[in-house]
Amino acid sequence: MTKTLETKSLTLNYGDANIIENLNLSIPMNEITVLIGANGCGKSTLLRSIARLLKPKQGTVLLDGQDVFKLSTKQVAKKLAILPQSPVAPEGLTVLQLVKQGRYPHQSWRKQWTEEDEEIVLNALKATGVDHLRDKPVDELSGGQRQRAWIAMTLAQDTDIILLDEPTTYLDLTHQIEILDLLFELNKQNRTIVMVLHDINLACRYADHIITVRDRGVYQQGKPEEIMTTALVKHVFDLECQMTHDPIYGTPLCIPFSKGRSIS
Amino acid sequence: MKQLKTVRLLQNKISFLLDVNASKKLTIISIIALLVFFLSASFGDSFINPLKVMQTIILQGSDFDQLIIVDFRLPRIFIAAFAGMALAVAGAVLQGLIKNPLASPDIIGISAGGGAAVVGFLAIFSDSNHSLTVSIEWLPLAGFIGATLVALIVYLFAWKDGVTPTRLVLIGIGVSAFMQAITTMLMIIGPIYQASEANKWITGSVKSADWNQVQIIVPIIIILLLLTVFIIRQLNVQELGDDTALSLGQTVQKTRFFLLLLSASLVACAISFAGAIGFVGLMAPHIARRIVGPTFGVLIPTSAAIGALLVMVADIIGRTAFSPLEVPAGVFTAAIGAPYFIYLLLRNPRK
Repeated sequence: MTKTLETKSLTLNYGDANIIENLNLSIPMNEITVLIGANGCGKSTLLRSIARLLKPKQGTVLLDGQDVFKLSTKQVAKKLAILPQSPVAPEGLTVLQLVKQGRYPHQSWRKQWTEEDEEIVLNALKATGVDHLRDKPVDELSGGQRQRAWIAMTLAQDTDIILLDEPTTYLDLTHQIEILDLLFELNKQNRTIVMVLHDINLACRYADHIITVRDRGVYQQGKPEEIMTTALVKHVFDLECQMTHDPIYGTPLCIPFSKGRSIS
Repeated sequence: MKQLKTVRLLQNKISFLLDVNASKKLTIISIIALLVFFLSASFGDSFINPLKVMQTIILQGSDFDQLIIVDFRLPRIFIAAFAGMALAVAGAVLQGLIKNPLASPDIIGISAGGGAAVVGFLAIFSDSNHSLTVSIEWLPLAGFIGATLVALIVYLFAWKDGVTPTRLVLIGIGVSAFMQAITTMLMIIGPIYQASEANKWITGSVKSADWNQVQIIVPIIIILLLLTVFIIRQLNVQELGDDTALSLGQTVQKTRFFLLLLSASLVACAISFAGAIGFVGLMAPHIARRIVGPTFGVLIPTSAAIGALLVMVADIIGRTAFSPLEVPAGVFTAAIGAPYFIYLLLRNPRK
């Protein structure tokens, strides 16, 4: 079981510009953590770097106290999976063939479909509800189904931690909810979920822990109900709004002040 | 619908998932390729009955048949088949690692590098009487070195904190154009003999194949093809994109280098004796993809079989269609492959 995931004096850059500076951050285990922030604030960059996809300029990322950039990438892959933003499957690749690739870090060229592989892949297909689509080409699926197939692949990787970069982009609301519900369920099965989301209200509904990114670092973090205030939204997103409570679930709800119709 | 069958052998020491449907198609294509291989020995200036061919190969025929079939025809069929396989597999590997359907050994400059080296060789080692100062036997070596060297140059130029597929293609196109410019210039300022010799190589021809060449190149190509067994998993993962490949624990850059090296070596071997036969590296993997799908376990052997078929059939046409004039096989690979490929595209409207 993975115990800690943290960044140590992490500085990330893009060319000459620093995007994240000297960041110490600890990701809570077995919770859903959501990174939010304005476009271009570096939340995706931070997520990618935590998943060792992006080498830091300075500092590092520690997984159970070990430097992820020094561990063998295969070792890291057994503990932590990341689903990049809008991944594209090769034309004609079926769902099963895709999900099966999740077993890569556990396999060798001789053993490409052990009983363990089969069991985990089938479970991943069932958990994400794409079992009935297993022989369909991924590129023929709807957006929501496709995203579930990719999530199944990261599940097949069988890691404690799953990072997702905007898993709901390009999906309609129904499918956004479907994906988030799925991730919520996965979290209940002792998986740590870390993701970037754009929608503040959905972030407040699903996150145990919110991290707001602003000015090359973390502005505030904590439980949504404790940190999400009008002042925070103003500072992080530069948006005038009123924070209230979701009338059904009680989680923080952000109502932006805007033009548009008013009937009250 | 796909039918996937679990295969576990030797107390689970070997296990994989077999695509039954694709495997059937692969078997059929391989059998056709084998048939064409033997039938191919029947065609030429004179047609020899296939039964007689078999008899000659396996047992013994008349001295005349023996000469025509075993000494003249078989070596070129061997070279055609193996060059075709090598080019097709090289193309399949390249398309997997570049993730671009236009990727082929012709595009990223490997073939052009071989061409420039061959023309350079002819220019450097010609004397004032336009005859070669060294044996023409060295020409394949020049092609081989040129192809590998250019592959390395492209890789080095494309390196910037790692090699991205896009940079590889763009630099490849640039280097390729440069190599072609050198080739054209040398051919224009060089003597006629040189231009025609070079042109033959650039088009790709298996006419001058002999057993000596077969003995050198076929074992190397077989070894390289066997090596692909180990890279199938890597290719499958690499095709999902760099981020996903990294997330799955692949050392993406190291793998990419080996894949490129393998692809370049295959191309270099193929074109050293058969010349820069175009189109096979591009089209054979595409055709294979349409038939058996995108996973490399079946895609690679299917590409190999289709590549062999393309070059063998092109060579049959080349030496019979305008007989007694021989047209290099490279002229026909596109002519026979393209219509079939377009048919496949039309039949299956997915983009």
